[in-house]
Amino acid sequence: MWQQLAQLIVNGVITGTILALTGVGATLVFGIQRIANFAHGEYLTFAAYLGLILNSALGLDLLSATLGAMLGTAALAVALHLLVLKPLRGRGLVAMSLVTVGLGLMLRDAVFILAGPQIRQLRIDETVVYDLRLVRISPGQAVAVAITLVVAPSLALFLARTPLGKAMRAVADNRALAEISGIDVDRIGTYVWLLAGGLAGIGGVLFAVVQGSFDPTLGFQVLFLIFTTVVLGGIGSAYGALVGGFVLGLVMEVSTWSGFAGGLEARFKPVLAFVALILLLLYRPQGLFGKARVL
Amino acid sequence: MGFFNPAFWMYVCVITGIYTIMALGLYVQFSLAGLPNFGHVAFMAVAAYAMAILVIRYEVPLIAASFAGVAAAIALAFLLGIPTLRLRSDYLAIATVAAGEIVRYLAMNLPDITGGPVGSMAMLGPTRLAMYNNGWQEMLDSLRNSLAPLWGAAPSRDAVTALLVWGMAILLLALLWRLEASPWGRVQKGIREDDIAVAAIGKNVVAFKMQALILGAVMGGVAGILLALQIGVFSPDDYQPTLTFYAYLILILGGMNRVWAIPIGAALFSLLYSGTRFLNFFPLSLFDSGSRAFLRLFLVGLLLVLFMALRPQGLMGSRRELLLEK
Repeated sequence: MWQQLAQLIVNGVITGTILALTGVGATLVFGIQRIANFAHGEYLTFAAYLGLILNSALGLDLLSATLGAMLGTAALAVALHLLVLKPLRGRGLVAMSLVTVGLGLMLRDAVFILAGPQIRQLRIDETVVYDLRLVRISPGQAVAVAITLVVAPSLALFLARTPLGKAMRAVADNRALAEISGIDVDRIGTYVWLLAGGLAGIGGVLFAVVQGSFDPTLGFQVLFLIFTTVVLGGIGSAYGALVGGFVLGLVMEVSTWSGFAGGLEARFKPVLAFVALILLLLYRPQGLFGKARVL
Repeated sequence: MGFFNPAFWMYVCVITGIYTIMALGLYVQFSLAGLPNFGHVAFMAVAAYAMAILVIRYEVPLIAASFAGVAAAIALAFLLGIPTLRLRSDYLAIATVAAGEIVRYLAMNLPDITGGPVGSMAMLGPTRLAMYNNGWQEMLDSLRNSLAPLWGAAPSRDAVTALLVWGMAILLLALLWRLEASPWGRVQKGIREDDIAVAAIGKNVVAFKMQALILGAVMGGVAGILLALQIGVFSPDDYQPTLTFYAYLILILGGMNRVWAIPIGAALFSLLYSGTRFLNFFPLSLFDSGSRAFLRLFLVGLLLVLFMALRPQGLMGSRRELLLEK
């Protein structure tokens, strides 16, 4: 039973990291660009397939494949921003979100057409298992944990300490105030897509690793979890999404622990996230860390 | 089915009517009241499943079960509206996205109640397969008989379905037209433009928003039930999240703020969507039929982007009254 708990916590940390990384990207985009990016899930899908190409076809190891997917997805996000979203700027939340819905449909179905609907797997040796007494992790999970341990703290550090990270948070918090403080809002807008794309790239490959197998709906399936993370942390709050993602990931995984009156059935994990979302909106609508700005 | 087959056109006619009702629901919520509902499909699916479960498991008559289905959609509207309508509209957008996914997810994962991924087929069990549609077919048959004197001969079931769907669509359209011109409609438009100003003149903004959400949910529920009956044996995959975005595309195709243009938008969309199966000439014949289904969705996405970029008010919309500039 304790072994199961330890295992679930490892899984929860990995899932939590994925949600935290993608959530930070989505919430900053939401705050800075005023777009609920419905294509965010597809960035993950794109990354997973890019990782698949690098990993299986070109024979790179998982770490380099993740790095490649990160760069590729960041490039995709910036390209879409410069070619489509930036020229259309200022049309309001719903109009811009509908554009991303269209982009998401195009991306997802392009992957469907090019890669086919069949289930794919990254090239990971599933037979090897590292036995760490309390938990047993596969090489894929080990890479995921390693990436987690490096990326999550450096992201937090980047947001807290670097001028660019501070500027991003400032623009997301109050665009007008940031602008008169001399921040180049336009430039930050491009950088934030670069960051969101890169993080989605890491998240996509990690999701593919954790799930074991995936198909082109990979990203769309987690889109609503990403959105839940964004609300959980308070829309526009980067730290909030970072913590919210971890909390959501841990709660979802640990809820299946048999120590809790037998545990929740695994298939109801997403329902738990939805219940959490509704309860949160009822009692703390600004999110865990958002500022109260209720009409 | 060929392009000139009357059955194809009858299908397009029925589906256009259903899509019209679906888009009318979104029109109330989004075009009139400015509520960004990205999970319209949730209301449709909840109503359809509530109806089917009552009919199949509890042998409730079809009409009563349909009303119960609509009531279920209203209940969902309350569940989503109470936490979110006081907040910025972003929150409603996200809560509705989540609701759309959760309803489908529950339908997939509660096979004892909903039939799981197989859908209403599994709910019935092999022996009772015929029963679910009986009420619907009987209703169609009795309508056929009563229409027979008018027509000369008894019209086909499809024709009666089309008549029924369009009767309802036109009724709801007329109702909406009246509502939009009424004081109630003007308050809704005011809320859409500036809810603080409307609150300042003493209107209960949250109550008005809730009414719009519920009215839209009712229409979504009606559309969902009709879709379920039209499909016959339906499954969670018939209520994919993309259905919501079809409704938005219909609004844009018709005209974002023109209620009478919705049937035109729905007809255009149904033709484009159902008609793409005839796109089997070169270069498109390079794709096999499986890929063409994805190509179709790809084109839906492209159309959405192009319209939002080039003509956000829709084909027949007025640019002046464009809430999207907000």
